[in-house]
Amino acid sequence: MTATLTLRNQEFEVKSGMTVRSALEKLEIPPESVIATREGELVTDDELIEDGELIKLISVISGG
Amino acid sequence: MKCKKCGGKAAINMRQHKLALCKEHYLDWIPAQTQRFIEKYKMFSPEDKILVAVSGGKDSLALWDILIQLGYQADGLYIGLGIDGGFGYSDKSLRFCQRYADRHGLNLIVVDVGKTYGSTIPQLNDKTPRGKEKPCAVCGVSKRNIMNRAARDGNYDVLVTGHNLDDEAAVLFGNTLNWLDRYLLRQGPVLEAERPGLVRKAKPLFRFYERETAAYALLRGIEYIYDECPHAVGAKSIYYKEILNQLETKRPGAKLIFYLNFLKAKDRGLFAEPVIESEALNTCTSCGQPTTSPAKCAFCRLVELPTPD
Repeated sequence: MTATLTLRNQEFEVKSGMTVRSALEKLEIPPESVIATREGELVTDDELIEDGELIKLISVISGG
Repeated sequence: MKCKKCGGKAAINMRQHKLALCKEHYLDWIPAQTQRFIEKYKMFSPEDKILVAVSGGKDSLALWDILIQLGYQADGLYIGLGIDGGFGYSDKSLRFCQRYADRHGLNLIVVDVGKTYGSTIPQLNDKTPRGKEKPCAVCGVSKRNIMNRAARDGNYDVLVTGHNLDDEAAVLFGNTLNWLDRYLLRQGPVLEAERPGLVRKAKPLFRFYERETAAYALLRGIEYIYDECPHAVGAKSIYYKEILNQLETKRPGAKLIFYLNFLKAKDRGLFAEPVIESEALNTCTSCGQPTTSPAKCAFCRLVELPTPD
């Protein structure tokens, strides 16, 4: 029972049933550095990740 | 998580404010807060003619959008840096700015560095060891010069940039690590036009986290360049942001407190104006802009360097 998270060109497989925040912590991605979206809609990080779904993470850090 | 205002499904949670909002209320909240900051920090008034520096990124296009929504008269300034990076970075950035301007019937001023000054930013970087080591520093010198000139020549009352809290906190972090007192003294949401030839500058988004400006752009449907500037890869500012975000994760509000308490400390006189800070500015003998140099400003000296073989 897994789901997929993407960030730029990277793809991560996580267990479904955990929250977005837990998944980010597991992947060592600071939650402050991304916005999670499901089917184009923004979701808060307490959302449970459903089986087989795709959560697209949008990086918010820019610099130079 | 529910929206604090209506109980609907929240689109964003701002842990530092203990505030979650739905799309509709978030899109009301951001412009209202921006207006509050414009007034609180006396940035500009509705009568002022504003020039917004737009890069095609989320922050500057969000800022332009917010100012127009709030009823300000704001033109855009795009500086074509001539950076390609294998995917036409600058050309792509311009297209996002132009598309936004066209869709909203706004005026976009475009200054192409290569065509105007004879060298693109990558070519300027190649001229100096500093440019090869720190391409963002050369780019910064160039943009500051060009922005001030465009604002001055166009008789704008204020030049505004899309700097967010993360940008400001990262700069503060770097300046504090190195105790760069002169830079600390000058950092703030408003830079007054203290010398002739300098245009007033303001950063209306300086209290929003980068995550919040990105959320605003996404929720408003603003199309922006998502690719990172190829020159910014490995930049210190990004490294500092990552460190600050680690702090923020453990301690919500850490970035905001770090920056706002710095401003309060400055107001209390922690960073007293040193005597050397009052040194006179001269006028660049080439472009006529203010400079601490006795002859030509740093940007003109850079432009006039010979092109390497």
